[in-house]
Amino acid sequence: MQIFPCPFCGPRDETEFHFAAEAGKHRPEPAPEVTDTAWSDYLYGADAPKGRAREVWVHLTCGEFLLLTRDTVTREVLDAAALPGRGEAAT
Amino acid sequence: MSGWRHPTLGQIDRDRHLRFTFDGEGHTGYAGDTLASALLASGTRVLGRSFKYHRPRGLWGLGGEEPNALFDVGHGGISTPNCRATLTPLRDGMDLRAVNTRKAARDPLGLLDLAQRFLPAGFYYKTFMAGGWMRWEPMIRRMAGLGRLDPSNRPSGDMPQRNARCDLLVIGAGPAGLAAARAAAGHGATVWLLDEAGAPGGTLRWRGGEIEGGPWQDFVADTVQKVEAAGGRVLTDTTLWGAFDHGLFAAWQRGARDFHWRIRAAKVVLAAGAIERPLWFANNDLPGVMSAEAALHHLVLYGAVAGRRIVLATGNDGSYPVAAALAEAGCHVTLLDAREDTPAAPEGVEVRRGVAIDAARGTRSLGAVRAGGQHIDADTALVSGGYTPSVHLHCQTGGKLDWDVDRDALIPRPGTSPLIPAGAANGTFGLNAALAEGHAAGGGMGSAPNAAGATWALAPMRPDPKGRGRVWIDPQNDVTLKDVKLAAQEGYRSVEHLKRYTTLGMATDQGRSSNFAGLAAMAALTGRTIPETGTTTYRPPFTPIPLTALGGMRRGALFNPLKRLALEPQHAALGATFGEYGGWRRPAKYSDTQAEAKGARETFGLYDASPLGKIEVIGPGAAELLDFCGYVAMSTLKPGRARYGFMLGENGVVADDGVTLRLDDNRFILSASSSHVDHVRLILEEARQDRFDPSRVFVHDVTAQWVTLSVSGPQARTALETAGMPDDVTALRHMQVVETRWTQVPLRAARVSFTGDACWELSVPARHAPGLMTVLEGAREALGGHWIGLEALMILRAEKGYILIGKDTDGITMPQDLGWGRPRERRQDEYFGRRALFTPEAMREDRRQLVGLDCDGAPLPTGAHLVPLDGPARSLGFVTSSYHSPTLNRSVALALVDAGLDRMGDTLGVFHLGQHRTARICAPCAFDPEGTRLAD
Repeated sequence: MQIFPCPFCGPRDETEFHFAAEAGKHRPEPAPEVTDTAWSDYLYGADAPKGRAREVWVHLTCGEFLLLTRDTVTREVLDAAALPGRGEAAT
Repeated sequence: MSGWRHPTLGQIDRDRHLRFTFDGEGHTGYAGDTLASALLASGTRVLGRSFKYHRPRGLWGLGGEEPNALFDVGHGGISTPNCRATLTPLRDGMDLRAVNTRKAARDPLGLLDLAQRFLPAGFYYKTFMAGGWMRWEPMIRRMAGLGRLDPSNRPSGDMPQRNARCDLLVIGAGPAGLAAARAAAGHGATVWLLDEAGAPGGTLRWRGGEIEGGPWQDFVADTVQKVEAAGGRVLTDTTLWGAFDHGLFAAWQRGARDFHWRIRAAKVVLAAGAIERPLWFANNDLPGVMSAEAALHHLVLYGAVAGRRIVLATGNDGSYPVAAALAEAGCHVTLLDAREDTPAAPEGVEVRRGVAIDAARGTRSLGAVRAGGQHIDADTALVSGGYTPSVHLHCQTGGKLDWDVDRDALIPRPGTSPLIPAGAANGTFGLNAALAEGHAAGGGMGSAPNAAGATWALAPMRPDPKGRGRVWIDPQNDVTLKDVKLAAQEGYRSVEHLKRYTTLGMATDQGRSSNFAGLAAMAALTGRTIPETGTTTYRPPFTPIPLTALGGMRRGALFNPLKRLALEPQHAALGATFGEYGGWRRPAKYSDTQAEAKGARETFGLYDASPLGKIEVIGPGAAELLDFCGYVAMSTLKPGRARYGFMLGENGVVADDGVTLRLDDNRFILSASSSHVDHVRLILEEARQDRFDPSRVFVHDVTAQWVTLSVSGPQARTALETAGMPDDVTALRHMQVVETRWTQVPLRAARVSFTGDACWELSVPARHAPGLMTVLEGAREALGGHWIGLEALMILRAEKGYILIGKDTDGITMPQDLGWGRPRERRQDEYFGRRALFTPEAMREDRRQLVGLDCDGAPLPTGAHLVPLDGPARSLGFVTSSYHSPTLNRSVALALVDAGLDRMGDTLGVFHLGQHRTARICAPCAFDPEGTRLAD
């Protein structure tokens, strides 16, 4: 059972969190300019890196999304930060 | 019959006799006995039958490694399967049953053993796959397997799950664990010291010893006192069964009440000891062949003596104290040491050097052994093939192993696991060395506790691949040396393949006493070293644990607690029958569903719609957020109005539908479906935080804070007037909303309909709900209205062709399939799921579309397939909702059908469980298609 640090609530049990997206994945738009392939890559293509990974998770109990940097092999959590622009809201 | 009870030895209470039965025969033991010691002392030899050949099996070990002595234990009217005799305390009145047999002593299936030549590894799969495995499986299952489940045994689900934190967790309270705990507690650390056995001490309890110049008992008592004084705990009868991510350890504590612990520690010392290896000779599975360490354990702790004429075969110094203790207890002991260079013979023990057992003799239990060409009469053969460190938890955390030639064992590789190994678990045998290593692991300064030094030397013992006869490697799963040879011949040389091909080590003892031998045999057969051959993966649990430990309180009503309506008592008083719908406990009906549905159309129906989602979206960015997240634009909605819309996934599939209310420019309420509220809120939150300026819009789920009662039907307005609702409520037209006050109570009223009749949804803060219900109930009594349950509402909405997402749609349904193609064609702005509505798949004209079905007779079964009337049978779609309509006096149904819109008026076959009917495709709306009743 992993422990993730919510930037707003502190360390919490992994069952309180939900994976949202791989970080840095930009939604291709506007729709008319997006090819079928680009859209399906966005929907279904995941890097799923072995080792260091940057991901967006949501802390379900407080509803805040966060940037989690972790090692998918060792399960070590390297960093957890509020989404860009959200740091002020936390303090 | 050869085990016996020593008249004085052991820590049992000889004044308290406990009666028990084994396979129906009565026995007596003493308080303090385990099932294993009581049966050993009673002289019972055959305790079970093996998994495959039904060979007789006797007691082998002393703890969780026991492969043979498993019982179904009946006590207090409850039968618990597969209890390990070595770990289960004896209680008065227990009824023990051997597993995998009707009666251990006499098992007609033992004849299978005569056919062993024809039952090699993989026999059942190779043989019975032909002709269909499923045909044979029930028969094979009856012959194999372990304990029997008693369906009447419903163990209480009240095992508490507790969380704990400590500075140091010490796994195993033997010499090394005690020294580690003592050292850490000495400088103030909070230490948790756990042991699987009933008391701390580990091997000290039967091997004894002097520590710091005093008896070992003083050392244990003093250490326990120091640990507890520093705020730590010592838990016995507690199995640490699993290591998990981020330093979580799980332990099962047994006692008058069991507990399941989840422990996180800053530092963990693994002092789990080692497990004795057997020796490998022909018929080494005969009852009477037993671990030497276990024999000493049972003698010292319980006065249970393994036999009278004992042969002890070994290759290490650890067996000499065993021989000495048994000789002193009055046994005739012959010690066979494979080595030439041995310690001196203990008093009363005959030592033969350079000799090993070649074969055991006996039918149902041991009668003699052949060793070095000589026949030796013996009722018991104690064996010690060395010790295997218990590295399971080290490996569970990802730790690697190194082969250590001197210690003749695979030991934890430093730096590969957060656990610090100490003592025998690290291959450090011998009391003094274990104490020193434990002391260092616990962070101890200065000199470690000192014990009188005993010698510790060993010679490696290995199975001989050329040995004759049937040599058992894994007694529980009936794997012999021949099976390992067969695996090697057939190319299953990796240990992982060996394990799966022969089932070696896959029994409930997880190969504690057998894996090493299988590994060593495979190494010898393939000409590789042991490290080259490798080990299998270690996974939790370390020993089998009851599911009740994992489940804890989460069962029955607490498994997935239902949400309750604020007005549940009032509904119950009205005679409601409740059911579970989308996680809510709601009235299914009050009297008769058909009468309720008919009555609601004739006068009016009252319905508790509180679980309907109420997600407030507030702020200057609210309209922008809703436009992006929804399929139907809401920025064009005027304040005071309501609009129906959908929420899609990014894959274009409909995720939810519902009405959005605009209260003012910057304030919306989104009515998500009752069971989709959390999902909708998360979609809104993700867009709010990851796409928009979160300071301009706020999302707030107030579903539970407001109670909603709906009033629907031709007399709904009259009912509201009778109930004293304000004029701005009764004056509302369809799809209008108003915030007002009823008496002093905030009231939100919306003309939104899921019934097809004029309908008011009245929402008040939950604390005012009883008052609102009282006035509506008054109006109902006065005017002859009806309370309607969820089942009646299902009929009303199906008559109108109103859908439920997830029931009338599936995982590929897009809005255009539901007749909602216009936003897709019209909207130019970006919205959630937009791009996916324009893929070639989404653009197909013949997609599976929502239609109505018209049929004669009883309602069609939901889920029935629609098939062509002629041509090859194939599914064109299925019935999603189907009811008898009391108003129309016929069946109504909704369905998803391929190219359904092109099939309007066509007749299709309906196939369900072998029954054929027909139905005509029609529009989804069967009642009031013009919507005149809504316009009122």
